[in-house]
Amino acid sequence: MTLTKSRKEMPLTPLSSPTEGSMGKTGSWRTFRPEVNYAKCTRCALCWIYCPDAAISRQEDDSPKIDYDYCKGCGICANECPTKAIAMKREEE
Amino acid sequence: MALIVDTANHIAGYAAKAARVKVVAAYPITPQTTVVEKIADFVESGQMDAEYIRVESEHSAMVACIGAAAAGVRTFTATSSHGLALMHEALHWASGSRLPIVMAVVNRAMGAPWSIWPDFSDSLSQRDTGWMQFYCADNQEVFDTIIQAYKLCENEQVFLPAMICLEGFILSHTTAPANIPNQEEVDAFLPAYKSGWMLDVDRPYSHANLVSPEYYMEFRYMIQEAMENAKQLIPKVDKEYGKQFGREYGGMIEKYKCDGADLVMLTMGTMGSEARLTVDKLRNEGYKVGSARVRVYRPYPVEEILKLAKNVQMISTIDRHISFGMEGFLGSETKAALFNQKDRPMIASFIAGLGGRDVTADSIEKMAQKSLKSMREGKLEKTTEWFDLKE
Repeated sequence: MTLTKSRKEMPLTPLSSPTEGSMGKTGSWRTFRPEVNYAKCTRCALCWIYCPDAAISRQEDDSPKIDYDYCKGCGICANECPTKAIAMKREEE
Repeated sequence: MALIVDTANHIAGYAAKAARVKVVAAYPITPQTTVVEKIADFVESGQMDAEYIRVESEHSAMVACIGAAAAGVRTFTATSSHGLALMHEALHWASGSRLPIVMAVVNRAMGAPWSIWPDFSDSLSQRDTGWMQFYCADNQEVFDTIIQAYKLCENEQVFLPAMICLEGFILSHTTAPANIPNQEEVDAFLPAYKSGWMLDVDRPYSHANLVSPEYYMEFRYMIQEAMENAKQLIPKVDKEYGKQFGREYGGMIEKYKCDGADLVMLTMGTMGSEARLTVDKLRNEGYKVGSARVRVYRPYPVEEILKLAKNVQMISTIDRHISFGMEGFLGSETKAALFNQKDRPMIASFIAGLGGRDVTADSIEKMAQKSLKSMREGKLEKTTEWFDLKE
């Protein structure tokens, strides 16, 4: 929402357009960090399909690239990976 | 125009059809069921071009209506009592999102203990949800008010949802004649739906997201402003409807023989029809009594109550409702509206007809006679009296 001083400029109800990072860098919420073992990865892209935050992109060779600025560490990608190529590691480790 | 003879519930279905409603999402509950059965029949037989969504609860019914209204179509639903209570959270989302949904509420008392008979405890419990509330006195008014409500709710000065309340069984399952206008006549009165904002796949956004304390109050104030605007528009819409269809209902409040009255019996719903019989009888006997029916309860007709109070000595409110630990809302709010007036009339409040107990013209006459006695003596025996209560 645009900041406004007068209610005359306000919409009937708050409307928010999707923008990157409107809630800040949500990657800071992460406790467990997904790490890809590219030797084990078969480029099936299931992790990319399942990521609920669109924090995984596909590189030229179809291998996943995780955006740690927005990955909240939910672990769905690691759970779905058929070759167990994604490991969840504690952030401080 | 066609004159039909049918129940108020079926007539509510005719109104949804005449309003060219595009989405109906509903869950059946006694005594509302035949409203949505009638609509299902219209949709299934191809007489009504609408999507009928069967849902698993009233909460889902309201949420489906919210989604459909936000996607840009006219929506309708109906419920009663516990069904309305289950919708409670979603009702706030509809008004806060400023979506002009119209819903028939077939009034039924709240349990426990179970009751299927009418009082206003279901809809009046939803007083503060930001929905406008209309109360009907007969089958014809149910049809006319649903059509008027769409016109009002979709006005850009308003954009709020509305409940059209009708008492279970007294109206819902009672057959009476009603005029159903031709489709062209309704179309001429009610233009195509236009929402205040709309979901758009080409320009995606989400709505009613988190708002900081810096902005929340303004969004609330805008709903209050919309209610005030509705107060101005309701009499206009009613008059315009009257011009086209020959029936109008006094806007916010329907008065009957209030001129020269010392005592006015203030009611809502079908008790308003009964009160007219009482007034006729008492006037014949020489008592200066009138009656007034609060047709629109939200926004509350404060200005009309002030006008009414100017020339009378006493107002007696009859509430088919109790706010436990206080009294009925009609009594409380009428007193609140008049408090700052120097010369205000005496006000007595009655609780009557809970859980469907009959409130007949005779009952209202007894309340009027009690009131006249208080007026002569200049004092109230009780500020709130439960009428026809077993000792």
